[in-house]
Amino acid sequence: MKKIEAVIKPFKLEDVKDALAEAGITGMTVTEVKGYGRQQGHSELYRGAEYVVDFLPKVKIEVVVSENDTDMVVEKITEAARTGKIGDGKIFVSNIDKTIRIRTGEEDEEAL
Amino acid sequence: MNAGDLSYILDTFFLLFAMTLIIFMVPGFAMLEAGIVRTKNVSAVLTVNTMIYAVASMAFLLIGYQLAFGTWENDSVSKWAAFLFQMAFVGKTVNIMSGGVSERTRIIPLMIFTVLMAAVIYPLVVNWTWGANMLEGTLLDISSMHDLAGSTVIHSTGAWALLAAIMIIGPRKGRYVGDQIRVIPASNIPLVTLGAMVLWIGWFGFNGGSVGSISSKESADAVALTIMNTNTAGLAGAIVAAVIVYIQYKKFDITMILNGALGGLVAITAGADLFDIYTPILIGLIGGALVVFAVPLFDRFRLDDPVGALSVHLVNGIWGTIAVGIFAEDVSFAAQVKGVVVVGVFAFVVSYIAIYAIDKIVRFRASDDEQMEGMDVSECGVESYPEFKRAF
Repeated sequence: MKKIEAVIKPFKLEDVKDALAEAGITGMTVTEVKGYGRQQGHSELYRGAEYVVDFLPKVKIEVVVSENDTDMVVEKITEAARTGKIGDGKIFVSNIDKTIRIRTGEEDEEAL
Repeated sequence: MNAGDLSYILDTFFLLFAMTLIIFMVPGFAMLEAGIVRTKNVSAVLTVNTMIYAVASMAFLLIGYQLAFGTWENDSVSKWAAFLFQMAFVGKTVNIMSGGVSERTRIIPLMIFTVLMAAVIYPLVVNWTWGANMLEGTLLDISSMHDLAGSTVIHSTGAWALLAAIMIIGPRKGRYVGDQIRVIPASNIPLVTLGAMVLWIGWFGFNGGSVGSISSKESADAVALTIMNTNTAGLAGAIVAAVIVYIQYKKFDITMILNGALGGLVAITAGADLFDIYTPILIGLIGGALVVFAVPLFDRFRLDDPVGALSVHLVNGIWGTIAVGIFAEDVSFAAQVKGVVVVGVFAFVVSYIAIYAIDKIVRFRASDDEQMEGMDVSECGVESYPEFKRAF
């Protein structure tokens, strides 16, 4: 099993969700996050003083998939989240040791 | 019923209506401040606003009113309505001061000062200008200053107290680091806007009611003209602030536009009854422009004023009072300046001494830790937004 974490532009959430649903992914966890990469922040103005907003609002999607689906899911997310402009985000893939469905106690692949 | 009775009834009703509008400025100030401070300080600011209304009005009922006017008796309107109308103003004077020291000031010392302001300091200023005039015949007699609804008597008085308070209490933690000015943005712009707009509406009672009577054709015209001129200056203040911030920064800063409107409203408060319908445009334009330039200026002096009350109420209280001397016939320029100076010196010095003394007994400034955690937790135990993420 692999965990795929994608940090994306917030307005792309809908597109990514639809793409994942099409790919047969049945669940995901979404968090509002802030951060920056190469895009850095931008400056805003308040009462005559400029200030830099370092951390830009992003959305983080987490899905856990079986090993075989990993590349396909990553590709779907990449396609759906890309605008081609700076700040599109990043995808991280990591190993997952165990998954348990709380209601039934099912484990691993069955619990996905 | 004879005509005398009818005018008594009409004018009483008029004052009660105006008083109600002025009391709308309580939620006006409250919402403006609740929007401009960080979410961790909202409950504290709202508690302060509520307590100021209660404590200041009570102090005025028990002590201040008698001190200001020397008598409760009134022939032309119900004496209770006359009291209520005057009472409505009192909290505003303290509100102007409390907003500017938001996010770092503890409630108990602020309440002690509220009692002093509403029972003694403000009533004395009213006594010399609108009231019994205990200074009559002395060198300091300022009763010939024309200040319809309190550009000086209310707005400047409160803002002089604020200047003293800011000097003693100091800036919010983290506002000025080294030679850097750190911005602390407003947490809720819709509330700021609602508050400013409600204040604007309250101003119609503030200035219109100060004409004092509506029971003759002439006075009805005077009231309508006063409200119209009040509104005009607010419009001009908003427009000029918008234009200037756009020219300067290529952005429309709504908090500045609203402050500009309020600046125009403060400026017209001294003489809205005396002008033709075009002069308020000029007074409001200058008032709004003064706000836009004064806000960064006070920052440069390290006077941390989250709501811009110094720029709105002090600068424009002075400008508005002097403007009457410039634009109104039959008003002495010298008398206006003298009124500004006498009230300014008195309000600033007495407030400074009072705040300094209270501060020695009950510390005004919240500790760094208290400020970091937010005044809601340390002062109220009630957080305004317990289920949202906290500002870091």
